[in-house]
Amino acid sequence: MSDTRLAVAKTYKLYIGGKFPRSESGRSYPVTDTRGRFLANVAHASRKDLRDAVVAARKAFAGWSGATAYNRGQVLFRVAEVMEGRRDQFVAEVRAAEGVQPRRAEALVDAAIDRWVYYAGWTDKLSAVLGAANPVAGPYFSFTVPEPTGVVGVFAPQKSSLLGLVSVVAPVLATGCTAVVVTSAERPLPAVTLSEVLATSDVPGGVVNVLTGRAEELAPWMASHADVNALDLTGVEPSARAELERAAADTVKRLVRAPRQEPDWTATPGLERLRPYLEEKTVWHPMGV
Amino acid sequence: MPQAALSGLDEATRDESSLRRFLDGLPGVDQVGVEQRAASLATRSIKKASKLWALNTAISMVDLTTLEGADTVGTVRSLCAKARQPDPERPDTPRVAAVCVYPDLVATAVEALEGTGIGVASVATAFPSGRSNLAVKLADTKLAVESGATEVDMVIDRGAFLSGRYGAVFDEIRAVKQACGDAHLKVILETGELVTYDNVRKASWLALLAGADFIKTSTGKVQPAATLPVTHVMLQAVRDWYTATGELRGVKPAGGIRSAKDAIRYLVAVNEVAGEEWLTPRLFRFGASSLLNDLLLQRRTQLDGHYSGPDYVTVN
Repeated sequence: MSDTRLAVAKTYKLYIGGKFPRSESGRSYPVTDTRGRFLANVAHASRKDLRDAVVAARKAFAGWSGATAYNRGQVLFRVAEVMEGRRDQFVAEVRAAEGVQPRRAEALVDAAIDRWVYYAGWTDKLSAVLGAANPVAGPYFSFTVPEPTGVVGVFAPQKSSLLGLVSVVAPVLATGCTAVVVTSAERPLPAVTLSEVLATSDVPGGVVNVLTGRAEELAPWMASHADVNALDLTGVEPSARAELERAAADTVKRLVRAPRQEPDWTATPGLERLRPYLEEKTVWHPMGV
Repeated sequence: MPQAALSGLDEATRDESSLRRFLDGLPGVDQVGVEQRAASLATRSIKKASKLWALNTAISMVDLTTLEGADTVGTVRSLCAKARQPDPERPDTPRVAAVCVYPDLVATAVEALEGTGIGVASVATAFPSGRSNLAVKLADTKLAVESGATEVDMVIDRGAFLSGRYGAVFDEIRAVKQACGDAHLKVILETGELVTYDNVRKASWLALLAGADFIKTSTGKVQPAATLPVTHVMLQAVRDWYTATGELRGVKPAGGIRSAKDAIRYLVAVNEVAGEEWLTPRLFRFGASSLLNDLLLQRRTQLDGHYSGPDYVTVN
C-alpha cells in the first residue's frame, strides 16, 4: 500500500436558505492561490441563484428582525466561538488566498473573529445610541427607534477575503437585517468556510446567503431587484457603481457609499456600517392617560 | 391502453362485477417509469416569449381558492376582486378561470363576479373527508348549485374505494352529477390517500365512467397533495378516454403548487402527455391560492426585466 494519499479535490457549493445547493446553472470555476496553484472548485452563481437567495433572505427576515437584540448578540458571539474552533483552517485559507505571511494571516483571522464580538456587542446598544426620546411641546411622549430595513445585498470586498467579508456582513446581522452576500470572485474560499461556520452556529437558515461568483454579472440583478432594501457595493468596480446606484434608486434602496479603494479593514469600525441598514420610526404617544 | 379494455366501456358500467372486472383489468402503472418521465419533462427549460405565454396561460387556468374555516364574506369578496383584476397595475393580465369557495359562500362570490365570465366553483359532498351519507352530500351539492355555482368539486368516498366497493363510489358520483344539473362536475380523487398509482388510474377511470367533467387530484387538506407523476397518470386517463370515446375531459391538480416554475412544469406535462388541446382553462385548471401571486411576480419579471417582490402584489 502506498504512503501517498490521493488529494480530495473539493467542489464547493452555494449557501442559500441554510442549505448548500449547487448553482442552478450547474456552473463552477477553479480557484487558485496567489501563485496560480489550484485550490478548489467553487460554484459560479447565476442570477437565478441570486433570486432564490433573496427569497430565502426575505423569508428569514421576520424571525431574525423579531428576535430580541440580546438574542442576536448571543448568536453573533456564537459565530465568533465556532470560528475560533476552525482558526487553523481560516489561517491556511487566508494565506493561500491573499499570499500573506503566516503571522499576518493569523492576525487577520483573529481580527475577523474579534469583529464578530465587536458587532455582537452593538446589537442591544443601537436603540440607545441611535434612538431618542424626543422633546416635544405638547402632552406627548415622542420616541424614535431604529428598525432593520430588510434584505441587504452585499458585495464583499475583492481583496480582503475574510476580515473584509466579516466587516461587511456582521453589521448587517447586528442591525437585524438579513443578507445576500456575493463573495470575492478570486478569493472565495474563506467565505465558503465562513458559510459552513454560519450553518453550524445558531444563525437561522436564510439570514446569511453566500453566493460565490462574479460581482459584475450579479450586481445589475441585485441593484434592480425590487425585494432588496439596501445595497453595499464595496466589492464592485468603482466604474460600474454609478449605473448600479441609478438602478437601485428605482426602488429607493439604502446605499452604503463604499470608498473607491478598499479601506484598511483592521481599523476599528464605528457606526458607518450600521446606520445605513436602519430605518427610524418615530412614535407619538399621549401622556398621562 | 389495450383496445380490449377500451371496447368494453359500455359493458363496464352494466353492474358492479363488470365494473370491478374492468377496473381491475386496467394495466398497472410503471411506477419507476412514470416518475422518471415526470422528472425528465420537469427539466425542460421554457424561456422568453414562451415563458410569458406559459405564465399568462397558467394565470387563466387558476381556480383561485379559499377553503378555510375562517373564511368570511369579506375575504371572499376580496378574493373575487383579485380574480377580476389579478394585477391592477397591469390591466392586460388575464383573469383567472374561477373562484373556489365553500357552498355557503357561493352566493357572495356569484354576486361579486357577476358579468365577468369568471366561474364560481364550490366544494361539496362533505368536503374534505367525504364522510357522510348520500342524502347529506346531495343536499350539500344542491345548496351550491342553487346558490349559483357553475362548477362543483366533489370528493369521492375513499373508504369505499379502498375497500373495493367501486359500485358505491360510481353510484355516488352519478347521483351528484345528476344533482349538479348544468354545473360542471369535478371529482376529487384525493390521491394522497389512494396510496398507489394503480389506484389513481382506477379511480380516474371510475370517475370518468361515472360522468366527471374534470378529475382533480386533491382537496389540498391531505399531504402529499398534487404531484407531477400523479398528474401524469390522470392525464393519461383523460387522453385514453378521448381516444376511446372522442370526449374531452379535464384534469385539475390542486394543493402544493406554489411557484410559477412548478406550474410551467405541469403545463409541459399537459402538452406532452395529454396533448395541445388540453392547454386551455376548459380542460386544465390549477387549484391554488398562493400560486397566483408567484405567477404575477414572474410575469412582472418578464415584462420589467428585473425581479419583483411580494410587496408589489396583494396579500392573500
